[in-house]
Amino acid sequence: MTRPLLKVAAIETLSPLVKRFRFEDPEGAPLPVFSGGAHVTVEMADGDVLRRNSYSLISDPNDGSGYEIAVRREDRGRGGSRYLHEAVAEGDLLAVSPPANLFALDLRARRHVLIAGGIGITPFLSQLRQLDRAGQPWELHYAVRSRAEAAGLALLPESAHVHLHVSEEGSRMDIGAILDGQPLGTHVYACGPEGLIAAVADQAARLGWPAAAVHSEAFAAPPPGEAFEVVLAASGRSVAVGPRQSLLEALEAAGAEIDSSCRGGACGRCETAVTACEGRILHHDHWLSEAERAAQTRIMPCMSRFKGARLELDL
Amino acid sequence: MTLQFNDETFRGDYTYSNSSAAVRRFPFPFDRDSYMYSVNIEPHPGGPEGSPFEHAFDVDEHYVAEMRDRAITLAGDPLRCQSLPHMELAGWDLLELIMVSKARDYPALFSLARDGDRWHWTNRPLGIEQRFTFLDASTLPCGPMEYITRQAQGDFALLDAREGNLWMDAGMITSQADWSLDFDVGMNFFEWHAPVPKARGMGVFDKALKFLNAVTQEQSYRRLNWTMTVNPRLDTSPENYHKWGPEKRTVTPDNVGTKQFLRVELQSFWRLPRSNALAFPIRCYLASLADLCTQPKWGRRLHRVLRDLDPDLAEYKGFALNRAMIVDYLARHDDGAPTSPGIFPDR
Ligand code: HEM
Ligand code: FES
Repeated sequence: MTRPLLKVAAIETLSPLVKRFRFEDPEGAPLPVFSGGAHVTVEMADGDVLRRNSYSLISDPNDGSGYEIAVRREDRGRGGSRYLHEAVAEGDLLAVSPPANLFALDLRARRHVLIAGGIGITPFLSQLRQLDRAGQPWELHYAVRSRAEAAGLALLPESAHVHLHVSEEGSRMDIGAILDGQPLGTHVYACGPEGLIAAVADQAARLGWPAAAVHSEAFAAPPPGEAFEVVLAASGRSVAVGPRQSLLEALEAAGAEIDSSCRGGACGRCETAVTACEGRILHHDHWLSEAERAAQTRIMPCMSRFKGARLELDL
Repeated sequence: MTLQFNDETFRGDYTYSNSSAAVRRFPFPFDRDSYMYSVNIEPHPGGPEGSPFEHAFDVDEHYVAEMRDRAITLAGDPLRCQSLPHMELAGWDLLELIMVSKARDYPALFSLARDGDRWHWTNRPLGIEQRFTFLDASTLPCGPMEYITRQAQGDFALLDAREGNLWMDAGMITSQADWSLDFDVGMNFFEWHAPVPKARGMGVFDKALKFLNAVTQEQSYRRLNWTMTVNPRLDTSPENYHKWGPEKRTVTPDNVGTKQFLRVELQSFWRLPRSNALAFPIRCYLASLADLCTQPKWGRRLHRVLRDLDPDLAEYKGFALNRAMIVDYLARHDDGAPTSPGIFPDR
């Protein structure tokens, strides 16, 4: 799908590691509005590698004048965030997908408890605005290591409902205490490191919360790994996947037509049939069921990798 | 294109009719000479000029009469329109989608002027003019979903997206093929599809739900579904089965061509921006067997499809009783010649 080109209208440093990027239509046309928690996919031509990374929108969902994202520089990642930090300047044009949402608010909730760790604050920034507009009660807990690293602080509203937990200052977040005593009909949302998401799920289960009231942002960035090769069944062509490249990126670079949206293993768009597999697929997605994983006949190229002698895909 | 709106009824004396132009643009659902359930989904809108696929929300010669019929059904049974409280935002999304699309695609019939949240909507065929504040329900005579779907042909279901599933939490359902919103409201994708034979076992619903969950605002989709209805009746609901069920017994070999209708649903799927809900419009088109047989390709193909259809599907679709009579009638329009691929009639 051809993505519209948007102009980088502003870049701002929020913390030593995090920058904010604002995108606008080059002609000033309004962009589609979205729902709190939505993300966009940004396309970057990084040398001869075409990178596509998904980022949560942090701007007001009801504001089509521009899209904003906050990007944390990941020096050990695959390179997309470093490229944005180093190579992109105000005025540049980048292809940005329309918004999609895999972390939507449950609008039935009586009350929303939002729990963020580090850069996991990003999806909540748009959700807060949606909740305020709808007049729905919320509270936000934001756990960071140090104040200097708390990039989200500059973006959060002044509000008695915002609680900052700085571990360096000894105010660690007590998830059990946050969840205990919440009124019936409260929903909790977690986004951040996997340990935080698991801890929220554990505490909620311990307190007897219904599973449907516990939400987490499922998608993560594709993990780097060892290089491997994949064969395209239709042409017999072999494609090399580099250690800092996802299988999806390698296939796209090789000109294979393959659909995608979240690029984080959650939306299902990139699901591809495996026609031969001698070895082990390293499934990193949240999409396939346990049975599908074990069968090794489907793969989600946006996240998953391979270790073994031969992997052939129905492409 | 200037549209002439028919003065016609979908109940009682059943004066509904299709002009010859309406017959030629009928969304005939069979692209081959046989039929089985499948995940038959394609991008929408998009299709030949003048076809019902060209625009997001097709407006045709039946528009005014269909809206009149909807009002009659609602007056008798207000529960055909329901919206759980958390679905109001999705209702606004739908209102925006329909108003913007119709004003863009049919500027002679509809217009929309927007100044921030202050909107001014004009619907010329129905003689409606409305100034209101977007996202403020107190400025409309009823909720946003009800307001706009009283002015849009076809049924509308609004599905909340949660827990990897879709939930039928709102809808305007007055022209349904024998299912009930009041029964299905609050159900999820697998629950409301439970009565459908065979499809679940074939994996159709697992694949379809995965697909729907991945629909983004970037691209909407459609699929065609079909059934058979005696008389051109929109309201074939379980609630009113006593009114239309017995009419199946009035079909005879002499009147089957004009009394038996192919009922086609043009269903489309739209991700709504503000609510992240999915809109599912179900637009119903009716054409009699006699009208369809004016297109030789369709007469031949419909005969082969209905003759060879799995009996479980004929039973579920409710025409097993008259199947033999229908097939006999269509056999007279099938000379055995090969048919061309695709759904459109030959020139
Ligand atoms: C969210 C969108 C959808 C809604 C709201 C919806 C709703 C329904 C309902 C209410 C029925 C009638 C069930 C009954 O007998 O009570 C039905 C039937 C059916 N649906 Fe869906 N559906 C949706 C999407 C789909 C999709 C994507 C497929 C793809 C294959 C599908 C396949 C079917 C089939 C095969 C039937 C049986 C129809 C017949 O034989 O006449 N549905 N649907
Ligand atoms: S692109 Fe979303 S799962 Fe792969």
